[in-house]
Amino acid sequence: MARDDGRLPRRDEPWVFRTYSGHTSARASNELYRGNLAKGQTGLSVAFDLPTQTGYDADHPLARGEVGKVGVPIAHIEDMEALFEGIPLDRMNTSMTINATAAWLLALYVAAAERQGVAHGALSGTTQNDIIKEYLSRGTYVFPPEPSLRLITDMVAYTVDEIPKWNPINVCSYHLQEAGATPVQEIAYAMATAIAVLDAVRTRPDVPADVMPRVFGRISFFLNAGIRFVEEVCKARAMTALWDEIGRTRYEVADERERRFRYGVQVNSLGLTEAQPENNVIRIVLEALGVTLSRDARCRALQLPAWNEALGLPRPFDQQWSLRIQQVLAYETDLLEYDDLFAGSRVVEARSAELLAEARTELEKVLAMGGAVAAVENAYMKQRLVESHTRRLRAIESGEITVVGVNAWTESEASELAVGECSILRVDEAAEREQVERLRAFRSRRSGAEVGAALRALGDTVRSGANVMPVSIRCAKAGVTTGEWADALRAVYGEYRAPTGVVARGAEMLTEATDKVRARVKALSAKLGRPLKILVGKPGLDGHSNGAEQIAVRARDVGMEVVYEGIRLTPEEIVTSARDEGVHVIGLSILSGSHGVLVADVLQGLAERGLAIPVVVGGIIPEEDARALREAGVRRIYTPKDFDLTRIMDEIVDVVAEAHAVR
Amino acid sequence: MAEALNLVDDARPARRAEALALLDALEREAGGAGAWRIGVTGAPGVGKSTLLDGLVRALRARGRTVGVIAVDPSSRRTGGALLGDRIRVRSAARDPGVFFRSMAARERLGGLAEATRAGVVVMGGAYDVVLVETVGVGQSESDVADLADTLAFVTQPGAGDLLQFMKAGVLELPDVFVVNKADQGPLAERTARELEAGLGLGERSAEAPGAPRVVLVSARDGKGIDALLAALEAHFASLAEGGLRAERRRRGRDRFVEETLALRYGSYGLASVGGSPALADRLAGEPGASGFALVERLGREIEEALRK
Repeated sequence: MARDDGRLPRRDEPWVFRTYSGHTSARASNELYRGNLAKGQTGLSVAFDLPTQTGYDADHPLARGEVGKVGVPIAHIEDMEALFEGIPLDRMNTSMTINATAAWLLALYVAAAERQGVAHGALSGTTQNDIIKEYLSRGTYVFPPEPSLRLITDMVAYTVDEIPKWNPINVCSYHLQEAGATPVQEIAYAMATAIAVLDAVRTRPDVPADVMPRVFGRISFFLNAGIRFVEEVCKARAMTALWDEIGRTRYEVADERERRFRYGVQVNSLGLTEAQPENNVIRIVLEALGVTLSRDARCRALQLPAWNEALGLPRPFDQQWSLRIQQVLAYETDLLEYDDLFAGSRVVEARSAELLAEARTELEKVLAMGGAVAAVENAYMKQRLVESHTRRLRAIESGEITVVGVNAWTESEASELAVGECSILRVDEAAEREQVERLRAFRSRRSGAEVGAALRALGDTVRSGANVMPVSIRCAKAGVTTGEWADALRAVYGEYRAPTGVVARGAEMLTEATDKVRARVKALSAKLGRPLKILVGKPGLDGHSNGAEQIAVRARDVGMEVVYEGIRLTPEEIVTSARDEGVHVIGLSILSGSHGVLVADVLQGLAERGLAIPVVVGGIIPEEDARALREAGVRRIYTPKDFDLTRIMDEIVDVVAEAHAVR
Repeated sequence: MAEALNLVDDARPARRAEALALLDALEREAGGAGAWRIGVTGAPGVGKSTLLDGLVRALRARGRTVGVIAVDPSSRRTGGALLGDRIRVRSAARDPGVFFRSMAARERLGGLAEATRAGVVVMGGAYDVVLVETVGVGQSESDVADLADTLAFVTQPGAGDLLQFMKAGVLELPDVFVVNKADQGPLAERTARELEAGLGLGERSAEAPGAPRVVLVSARDGKGIDALLAALEAHFASLAEGGLRAERRRRGRDRFVEETLALRYGSYGLASVGGSPALADRLAGEPGASGFALVERLGREIEEALRK
């Protein structure tokens, strides 16, 4: 208890320090983790590569170019063992950013722990496991909503007794903010997601009513912290209040401790800029304050991005710098010596109350239409997010929102930090080949009979509707691979494509600038003989579709006919689509760093079929790569610093005019 | 195929002549036969593109090649259009037996562009079945009815009661009614019954061959797709039996010609060649000519008449 003057008798323990990391291979990531722990990091946050997240082995055609890029490839139990070699799992708090294949990665974790001699009851950590936000923002879903929810509740029902210190789901408002959500939308949609899970758990016959309060107590959240840090303080406070309210009223959770709003944070990446990237350090610090200042609504774990995220993959040095921010804040400042700083604050309490009231209304609206799953399937939430994101981008373009170094004070000394090839980390191009070799060696080593039997049992279990966790752990021990496990589930559940939220009837952008480009589009269309048609799509496994969606919407607003193809396409499919649709230009978006291979494949496919369709590319593309892509024939390249979408459209008109030799 | 579709969509005069020759040849060749043209209409959000995906798969499973034209509305203010149906039909770029082209409705407000009819004719020359999907509101529904041998109307549970269906006039044109999202249970059943009741009340007798049917489908779960295809096939068979297909196509052609001319030259222009009755006589006298050739020929006559 705090004293009357608000001083604490004992300094608070700091939150858990983490860094979202992993790349190349299990071995390379293990080395990175051990280095980070030695520097004072107190928890681990595992980033998996996209094939692992979407359930493909490294030698699957869709995995091409993606292996080890945005995270570590984990295909089987030996990969998982290598990842945690020398890290005692009974003393580690591990957060895993894994969703569609979460049950499988938890099974591998449990099996690897067992080989370390650690009983699964001793494990603590988190599986992200929030499929709703995958449909809305992040895009690494695999199965349709119903079976996906089923998998989540399997994990909830399993862990509540078997791994009681595990957070089976981390409900994410984080990615909603990245997708453009306002604070109200963040609160409401995250709560709606938690309610969808809890309601589904409640109807399971294997979860007795008296276990529900404990289930409620295991639901944790994953928040974003943006640069408007006063509002972020209020958002966390509003969520704390609303969660408590939901626990009391909807689920009748009596114990106040079970109703505590527990959350981890990754601070905002959306607002990090490629221009004058050194400014990002200041942004990260301020954003960290938003989720640590208020003791009553303080995060339990914090991950800070690296200052150069918008440029490419951060180096160990960049990650260390972010960790040091946390350590200075927790250990050098006096923040942890005081009770809540804002209790009684007129400003904070008023804004918190306002957010709470508006979020309640929006939550009721989603619940009235059938809850989070219904609001995914009817695209309600996605459309609201795309609208908010569009509004935000327009506000940046118009200067209504100031972004230092981007739309204001853009003149700058040459950056002493962001120079040259060595300022970001590059994944060794051999990583994919080596992972495939290891995978094939593993497959030939394991017992085919055991694997076959385990997979048959998995298929039977999935069809029967029984809990998949025990049989998945059996599969993990038998040597089943990530792709095999996911294929067994795909065979029963099928695959899913979420609504895009890119609606034909969305609000249009009509400004002087768009009018001008629209006139050019019209004139060029007349010369082409038919309206300018563009294909917008995302090759590879990267599911972050927000950028591609914004491009598609703006292309429509300047009068183009836009074929929006969505995510997870092979280069071959893109080439076929471009030909069949008769488009004049192709726009590709790739954020996973696999642009090298994927764009080359698209260009080659076009050349092989004799199609002279120009290609423009957007993504997180370092200058060296951009040069190589231009040399390979890409007409224009856009990176996060190109925030003016209308100008991009203007250039696309140039590209089409040049390529089709009409002016 | 892609090149041919680009050609018939090309408005430049030099290419236009070439396109018309191709279209005229294809349409005359097909006559009342050739590919089976299926229209799929319905309000936004009823799950048409997911249903389309199911139909494409069912047709492919029966060994038939499929061409798909998916039409989305164009913005009235910007002329731009977002064409997003390709996402749902995963076989579009994976299966050589499927050809998918997205199209914008363009200046034909609420209806189908001339390019849509041209696309159907071109695809009909190469694929066993041509599916045309469009938002079914007002004009576009009757446009697609003029194009299709078989027209399916898609709705969802709770979309309306009998009176609303009657007021919307949706009961008159379709050959098959699909209540999608049947996984929603009793509400879907009730909507299906409302539709059946409405059909029984109308002039279209439920006992007549080719009488409209109502099918419950859950496109998301792939349930009811086979029954839907059976209903579509039953309608198509009834057309073939009575030699009704050629007649239906001719009627569709006639309406296309009249409406296209009216759109281009207005009622004043039409009156200059004798108005609707005279036009109907002219068309009746040319049963074998293609709609495209007729539009060109009559268009020139109207222009001449207007010049005098």
